[in-house]
Amino acid sequence: MRYAETGYNLEIDLSKGSIERVPTDPKLTELHLGGLGTNARIIWDRVPPDVDPLSPDNILIFSTGLLCGTPAPGANRTIVSTISPQTLLMHFSMMGGFLAPELKYAGYDKVVIKGKSPSLVYLWINNDKVEIRDATHLHGKGALETAELIRQELGEPRAQVAAIGLAGENSVYFASIEHGRSSASRGGIGAVMGSKGLKAIAVRGTKDVHVAKPERFFELCNEVLKYIEFRAKNPIKGVPPILAGIGSPQEMAIHDEEWHTTSFAWGNARHRRKGFWTKEVEESWRRSQERAVQRLVSCYNCPMKCGAIISYPALGVSRYMMKCYSKLTYVMAAMADDLDFGFSIAGLAQEYGVDGYSTPQVMAFAVELYEAGILTDADLPGFPKDNKERFFYLLEKIVRREGIGDVLAKGVYWAAREIGKGAEAFDHNTIKRHEQIPIKLGMLNPIYFVMWATGEKANITQIEGQLPQAPFPTKELREDFVKDWIQVPTGKEERFKKFVLEWGDPGTEFPFYPPIDLICELVDWQETMHYIDDSTGICAGLSSFPLKPPYHIHNLPLIISAATGLEIDEDGLWEIARRNRTLVRAVNVRRGLRRKDEKPPEDHWKKRFPEYEAKILDEYYEYKGWNKEGIPKKETLERLELDFVAQDLVRRGILEGNGEGK
Amino acid sequence: MKPEKKKKIVKTIRIDVDKCNGCRACEVVCSAFHAAPKYGSNNPGRARIRVIHEPLKNIFLPVYAGEYTAAECMGRDKYIIDGKEYDECAFCRASCPSREAFKEPDSELPLKCDMCESDPPLEKPLCVQWCLNDALVYEEREEEVDEEEEKPEDAELAVEALIDKYGFDKVSDVLARIAAAKAASKKA
Repeated sequence: MRYAETGYNLEIDLSKGSIERVPTDPKLTELHLGGLGTNARIIWDRVPPDVDPLSPDNILIFSTGLLCGTPAPGANRTIVSTISPQTLLMHFSMMGGFLAPELKYAGYDKVVIKGKSPSLVYLWINNDKVEIRDATHLHGKGALETAELIRQELGEPRAQVAAIGLAGENSVYFASIEHGRSSASRGGIGAVMGSKGLKAIAVRGTKDVHVAKPERFFELCNEVLKYIEFRAKNPIKGVPPILAGIGSPQEMAIHDEEWHTTSFAWGNARHRRKGFWTKEVEESWRRSQERAVQRLVSCYNCPMKCGAIISYPALGVSRYMMKCYSKLTYVMAAMADDLDFGFSIAGLAQEYGVDGYSTPQVMAFAVELYEAGILTDADLPGFPKDNKERFFYLLEKIVRREGIGDVLAKGVYWAAREIGKGAEAFDHNTIKRHEQIPIKLGMLNPIYFVMWATGEKANITQIEGQLPQAPFPTKELREDFVKDWIQVPTGKEERFKKFVLEWGDPGTEFPFYPPIDLICELVDWQETMHYIDDSTGICAGLSSFPLKPPYHIHNLPLIISAATGLEIDEDGLWEIARRNRTLVRAVNVRRGLRRKDEKPPEDHWKKRFPEYEAKILDEYYEYKGWNKEGIPKKETLERLELDFVAQDLVRRGILEGNGEGK
Repeated sequence: MKPEKKKKIVKTIRIDVDKCNGCRACEVVCSAFHAAPKYGSNNPGRARIRVIHEPLKNIFLPVYAGEYTAAECMGRDKYIIDGKEYDECAFCRASCPSREAFKEPDSELPLKCDMCESDPPLEKPLCVQWCLNDALVYEEREEEVDEEEEKPEDAELAVEALIDKYGFDKVSDVLARIAAAKAASKKA
C-alpha cells in the first residue's frame, strides 16, 4: 500500500495518442518526496539539453504534491514543470485551486505529457477511464469559458479543469494555464501546452487517498488549524498590514495598497511614486474594490481566503477569480491611477490566459519603445493615445500574434533583441530572460541580492519568506517578534533571533551587514522552505512565504512522516530539499545556465558594489556546494545521491572529473 | 392512551452560505472521520456533506446527506435566489436514484450524515470544527417529542437500498449464498 501518494503516473503521448498507467518507484519518493522533486528527476532523465521547448520532445508534467489529497490543510498545489520557451530553462510554475487533489482521487500522482497532437484535443481523466478527446470546437475559446464548456459537455459539474486560452494556443512565451481559482502562469508553460495541441485537462476522481498513521496525522493537521486561528488573532506588529497575516497577501480583503503602490515601480519598472497613496486615491480604490469583490474564496481544504470572485457588470466584466497583487500589476504598468482598470483588464487577460506579471511589463515596454520612436505608427497602426486603451490594444495584438504582437509575444528579452534599434536598453528588468517584479530601490540589499541572482523559479516571491523585509523600528517590536518565533531551524535560533534583535541598530546598515556567512544561512533557509513546499504541494501562503507560518521545519517532517510512513526528521527533510534544489540546478546547468546569468537587473538598486557582490556570490555558491560558476560540485552531487548527474556533467565536460567546473 | 412526551436533543447545523469560502474542508474531514480505520483515508466522493460549488456563478452551498429514497421525485424544482439559479435538487438532502450525490462511489450504497456519532461523543461534528469561517455552526436545542420510534440502523438502510436496486428475491438469494459459503469456510 502506498500512503499519501497513489503510486501511479499517467503517461500520455499525444503524437501516438497513447495513454498508459505506470507504477512509480517508491525509492524516488524517499529521495525526492514528490511534486517538483520527482518532476525534476523525470525532466533530467527524459529531456536532453538540446530539446526545443516548443517541440514534441519537450515534456509537460502536471504533478500533485506528495500531501495533496490528504487532509493536510492547504495541500492543494499543482506543480507544472517543463522547459520554458522564454528562459530555455526548467520552469516549475505552480497553482492552487482544486486540480491536484482531484487527480489524486482519480488515482494518479502525475500526468506526464509528451508529443504533439495533430489537432486540438483535451484530456478527460475520470478515475480509471482516461480519454484524449477532440477539442477543435474549443479553438480560440477563453480559458474559463473552455472549462465551463467541458464540464457541460461531459455532464460532470464536479470535474476540475485546467485550460489554456488563445495565448497558449498561439504559443505566447508568457501564456498561462488557467484553473479558475488559480493559474500556473510563469515561464510560458501555457505555450508548451499549446504547442502540444492540448487545450485542457479535465479530472474527476472518487477514490481514497490513504495516510500511514491516521490518528497522529489527524492530530498534526488539527495543530496546524489551531495555529492558523492563532495567527488570525495575532497579526505581526510593526509591519504593513499586507505582510502581517498569513496566506497570500490579503489584497482581496484589504484595500490599503500604500505599501505596493509607493514601494514598487510603475510603468516599465521605472518610477516610484512615493506620494501616490492619498486620501482621495484610498477612497476611490476602496469603492472600486467593494464593487468588484463579490466573495472571498479559498483553494481546496484551506481556511484562508486569499482569492476573490470578481464581477463588475458596470465595466462589462463577467465573473472571474483573482488573488494577491494581480489587481495592481496592470494598473501600475499602465500608469493608470484607477483600480477599475485593473479589475477590467485582468479579467480579459485571464480568458486569454497570460501571466499577470510578465504581460503588463511587456506592454509597458512596448509603450516606452513607441514613445522613444523605436516602435512607430507603422508597427502600431491606430495606436490609441490613452495608456489604458493602449494596453487593451496591445493585449489583443499579443495574444493573436498580429503584427508587432508576434514579436512582443516572446517577452521583453527576446522582443528587445528582435526589434533592435536600441530597444535592448529598455530591457532592464529581466533576469534569465524573464520579467521580474518591478522593484527599484536605493541601497543594495545583500540578502535579496543573493535571492534575485540565484532563484531558479525566477520569481522573488517563490524564494523569499520567513524573514522581515525591513528592520523593526523599535526594540520592543523586535523582542515581541522573536519571543514566539518557533519557525527557526534547530541550531539557528540564537543567530537568527540575534539578527532580528540587532537589525536596525547603528552599524547594521546594508550593504555590509549582515555578515556573509549569515546571509548564506538566511537565504538557504528561506529557499529550502519553498523547495519543501514545492514537493509536498502545501501552499507557500501557509508555509514558506509569510512571517510565522503554521507549517515550518519542525512540524513538516512529522506531518510528512505520519502521512507517508517514511521516517523523516528535520535533517532528512532538509537533505531532500537540498537534493531537489540541486537537481533543478543541474537540469539548468546542463542547458547552459552559468554565473553570468545570475544577475539582478543593473538598476535594481542605485548603489551597487560589484566586488562585494561577487564575493557574496562566491561564498553562497560555496555554501551550496557549487563551484564558482554555480555548478554543483561532484562531491556535492555524490553526497546527495545524485551520482548519475555528476557522471553526466563530467561526460559532457561541464564538470571536470576532479569536481571543479571548467 | 396518549403517547408519552419525551425530551430530546435536536442537533442542528446552521449553514450560512454567505460565509462559505468553498474550500470543501468539510468534505475532506467528513470522509476521513468515516473512513476505516478512522482518519486512515479520505475521499470527498464518500463525504456526507457536499458543497455545491460553482464559483463563477457565486454559488457556494453546503448540503448534508439526509434520508435515502428509493424513487426520485415526480417534479423537479429550481430556485432563483438573489438572481442565482440553483440547479434542480440543489437543496435536497436525499440519497436518490436521480443523482450521484450521497452514495458510496463504488457500491452506490446510500450515505447519511450522522453528526459524527462516536463514543465518546465529539463536542461538535468535525465539519463544523474544520470550518474556520463559521459557514457551519453547530447548535443544540431541546424539544418535547412523542416517544421515539425505533430508528433503522445504517446496515438496515443499506440492505433496503440493495433491495430497491436488485429486488428482494435477488438480495435474499445472495445473502443465503454468502451465509452458506461462510458456514462452509468455518467448517473447513
